[in-house]
Amino acid sequence: MTIQVERAFGEVVEGEAVVSEEGFSPRYDLDRWSGVITKPGHKLEGVSLKDKICFFPTAKGGIAAGWAFYDIKWKKIAPKAFIFGVTNPVMVQGAIFAGIAITEGWTPHPRGEVATGDWVRVDPAARSVQVLRRNS
Amino acid sequence: MRLTPEEEAMLAGARGEAVRDALRYQVAVGEFFGAERFVPITNAHMMGDIEVMGDGGLQWLKDYAALGARCAVGTTTNARCFDFAYCEKLGQDAREAVKEHELIACLRRMDVVTTDTCINYQTVYQPHLGEHVAWGDTGTVIYANSVFGARSNFESGPAALAAAITGRTPEYGFHLDAYRRGSFIVELCARLDDLADWGLVGKLVGEPHQSYFSVPVFHGFHRTPTADELKHMGAALASYGSMGMFHFVGATPEAPSVQAALGGRPPEERVVITDADLDRAYAAYGLGGGDARLVVFSGPQQSLLEMKRLAQLFEGRRVKEGSSCFVTTNGAVLAQARALGYAGTLEAAGVTILEGVCFYILQNLTLMRINNGWQNLVSNSAKIVNIIGAHRFNTILRRTQDCVDIACTGLLK
Repeated sequence: MTIQVERAFGEVVEGEAVVSEEGFSPRYDLDRWSGVITKPGHKLEGVSLKDKICFFPTAKGGIAAGWAFYDIKWKKIAPKAFIFGVTNPVMVQGAIFAGIAITEGWTPHPRGEVATGDWVRVDPAARSVQVLRRNS
Repeated sequence: MRLTPEEEAMLAGARGEAVRDALRYQVAVGEFFGAERFVPITNAHMMGDIEVMGDGGLQWLKDYAALGARCAVGTTTNARCFDFAYCEKLGQDAREAVKEHELIACLRRMDVVTTDTCINYQTVYQPHLGEHVAWGDTGTVIYANSVFGARSNFESGPAALAAAITGRTPEYGFHLDAYRRGSFIVELCARLDDLADWGLVGKLVGEPHQSYFSVPVFHGFHRTPTADELKHMGAALASYGSMGMFHFVGATPEAPSVQAALGGRPPEERVVITDADLDRAYAAYGLGGGDARLVVFSGPQQSLLEMKRLAQLFEGRRVKEGSSCFVTTNGAVLAQARALGYAGTLEAAGVTILEGVCFYILQNLTLMRINNGWQNLVSNSAKIVNIIGAHRFNTILRRTQDCVDIACTGLLK
């Protein structure tokens, strides 16, 4: 199973997928000391993003995300990649600054194609996200 | 990207390592978005404080300043995480305060003007129609694009600083005409008597249309909106909807009519906002256990006219014993508010005025919440009730008069 993305930056990475139905901001939703989503009511509340390949449909506000990605990378609690349906410049600027892979736009939609726990490979140069192993 | 000979030379290091590194980073961002070239900017506004940057960011900044980085255009800073006068009283970490001092000194060495404000557009710099700037936070960007007709994308701290150093930014998004056209229309049939109402419109429109490139066109309002009203609505649109621009027919410069704002395209959707929509939205905030001991006027910082209004509402009253009420503003507004007596009135009422900060980025805020046993946060800012969630507050939006009543009575309704 391969998803094509429209835009991408970063090195090839592999990791466990975390698939969210809700958008994301590292400022609004994430505890930047643990790498865990802590916003009450967020659909991923309690989930750690450390070393994960994170699928989010949208990005939420937040200029501070630009520094936040570098901060969590420095603390070694950053995800390996962000796979956005629609993102905003801050997420892109922040991920590039931190050296975290990031993509935007997807065909097909990952709903029903990728599940949390699947092992996926992100190849920004090829504009592809591939499911290598299903979570059994 | 197509680079000019000057930019090619910059990439080759002709203007030093700091410029080279900044431009290299900007090229990567520009290429992600398919930018064809850079546009020169006249002004940058950056977020940079220890709470958002952390130790890694501070070390990076020190190393970068040591390369001889200097701003090529006027560059100001956004609200930060410490009002040093209140560091101990708020239980903030003294070691982090030392780092914040180092960070500020570092920025000043790079010719950054540390204004510490998220309302630069009301107090520092007002770009003109078509002027390219590189601003963050999001509230400043949506105001610049919409109300001034200036051109900026959301520029995160590293991106705004890079733009400041190189004097240019990649031309994509709101620097281009194609992205500035309205995409859907919103008829405002509500009274909107309070700033909180305007923020709530931002939530009601932004939340279901989360997209940076969604541009709502507001029309049908019964009077001219004020700068503070557009400020609260814009900040909320940016916060809930990640939006960078709106049009307000008859008020913003690129919207003389609905048709002009849409740029000749049919609207993707028509939305109507009524008083009943607002009433439902206010009623939907859960009151938790009814804790009413924290009331905040912040996010964005208060303008002088907001300070005046708060002083009128708090005149002769007292914040209830055991409750806390915070107002945040910038140094310029606070100096005038002191001279005019507004600050004195607020402080006599027991309100704490914090300078140069925004409440939601205060260093140690989670611990502050725990130590004070705060569960709810009440505010007239739709933006702050959205963005403070990661600190695990239950947040409640209320109109300004209601917020003042809650602060003084301790009764939540």
